[in-house]
Amino acid sequence: MISFIIRRIFQAIAICVVISAISFFMLFLNTDPALMLLPPETEMADIATFKNQMGLDRPVLIQYKDFLSRVVFHGDFGQSFVYQTPAFQLIMERFPATLQLALAAIIFINLIAIPVGVISAVKRGSLIDNIATFFALMGQAMPLYWLGIMLIIIFGVWLRWLPISGNESIFHLILPAITLGSWILPINMRLIRSGMLDVLNQDYIRTARAKGLPEWRVLSKHAFRNAVIPLVTVTGMQISVLLGGAVVTETIFAWPGMGQLALDSIYVGDYPVVQALVVVFAFFIVAGNLAADIVAGFIDPRIRIN
Amino acid sequence: MIKSIFSQILNKPVLSSVNIRILKRLWQLRLGILGALLITSLVITALFTPWIAPSDPYTQDITQRLLPPSWMQNGSSDHFLGTDHLGRDILSRIMYGTRISLIVGLSAVVLQLTIGVGLGVLAGYYRGRVDSIISFAVDTMLSFPYILLALTLVAVLGASLQNIIIVLGITGWPVYTRVTRIETIKLNEYEFIFAAHSLAYSSWRIITRHILPNMLPTLLVLSTVEVARCIIRESLLSFLGLGIQPPTPSWGIMLAEGRDYMLMQWWLAAFPGMAIFIAALGINLLGDAIRDLTDPHLRKD
Repeated sequence: MISFIIRRIFQAIAICVVISAISFFMLFLNTDPALMLLPPETEMADIATFKNQMGLDRPVLIQYKDFLSRVVFHGDFGQSFVYQTPAFQLIMERFPATLQLALAAIIFINLIAIPVGVISAVKRGSLIDNIATFFALMGQAMPLYWLGIMLIIIFGVWLRWLPISGNESIFHLILPAITLGSWILPINMRLIRSGMLDVLNQDYIRTARAKGLPEWRVLSKHAFRNAVIPLVTVTGMQISVLLGGAVVTETIFAWPGMGQLALDSIYVGDYPVVQALVVVFAFFIVAGNLAADIVAGFIDPRIRIN
Repeated sequence: MIKSIFSQILNKPVLSSVNIRILKRLWQLRLGILGALLITSLVITALFTPWIAPSDPYTQDITQRLLPPSWMQNGSSDHFLGTDHLGRDILSRIMYGTRISLIVGLSAVVLQLTIGVGLGVLAGYYRGRVDSIISFAVDTMLSFPYILLALTLVAVLGASLQNIIIVLGITGWPVYTRVTRIETIKLNEYEFIFAAHSLAYSSWRIITRHILPNMLPTLLVLSTVEVARCIIRESLLSFLGLGIQPPTPSWGIMLAEGRDYMLMQWWLAAFPGMAIFIAALGINLLGDAIRDLTDPHLRKD
């Protein structure tokens, strides 16, 4: 188990390094990175000075080495030239809002996915099962930015039940959390349903019933505990979906998190912030996958061997 | 003679056991059939748009701006789904948008297939170091914050139809690589591949004649689903302003323009989004049905 964890950690670090390299070299794809890193109205002479100062006139690989060591040892991604503050600090200021939104979405997803998934499996083929399947199909095809706009139109404009932008109160969290969660909800619901169906066919369930245990105990103690395992690991892997969805959701609902910062920075070409965000997002995604793998490895010994 | 054939058919009971079986099968496939119908109608719309669209998607008419759909009060019968902020007919723009979406979806998937299947077969066929490198590349790509990567690439390369296709293509291949790698490894263990090896066929021949054809059903399912994803992703990029540029009638752009008017004129945003939804739903339903038909083991439940 230890060797499995160590192997996975090394792999995760390698992935982070490669992603930082790609986010670094992406700027060299089209034009001179100095032009992208500086505001467009900069004079030619200033550009040359900047290049010299930043070492942009040196070989690319040496520049990358410097970038990497600055990032790793000092957490320094350079200055945002819109806010004139360190890019990393800017991201950390926005982090709590995104975390809040993501947690609210995860809670929303599981509050619905778990009970509905369990009921659909236990009462397979019932009306509830069919309705749930129908909504899962719809949900998987629903573009979340459209859902966000329609929620705003219906609950914000027509019914006037909920606020539609900003993050002043807990009510401001409801619509964005539903929007962000709607993409994952059907997936988790199906996962719970198929997990429960698998488990309910196992011998130990029959044994538990044969012992005369009440049905709710069979379901909660024996079936559900095993059916919920895949959900734990999948949630780790869904971090990438949540972060990606946050970019869109935060933009629609003017939620001041990392996603909104990402899009704003891309619009104005604040590349130090974009680079930093790519690396930070990748770090979260890799960490989520790693956690999911390790948890899965603990639960299911077969995964460790790989 | 024809008469006799007809009488033969008519004399048969309509609901013979064979017919009942066919009807049952059709009922099982009802969602797939619905998906196929939706997709067919989209493709037909895309092909014949210039002849069936009620008006030109670019013609502006300020006197007719922000008209509601025709069934609402103040709606005009000339504009079934109403008009946008520049007085353009929304239905026509959605119909022309079908073309953009399908062009982007299909071309991006072709690009993804080329890269993804190529790498997947290499990894699965040669194993060893090639496999490690390619698998690492797949893991890295899948750990990338996808939307950020796509948005940044488009921002760096410049937003145009061609660049959107390239960006969707070079970011979407890892799924194919994963699947084809495993399929290739599985296929490599069959006797017919072993026989091909012992006949000293070249690797190229084994891959193109024996491995790839056997993966076609899987790739077909995967590609249909990926077309839907690419359509959604294109509209997302366009919605965020880093995709296809106005005034091209892309569903994402229409949605973005509609967002500015969502407080009063909901139809600007509602209908283009519905088009994206229907396209994605149709492709998903069709993909599920193809999977059920080609590989019953993968059936959901």
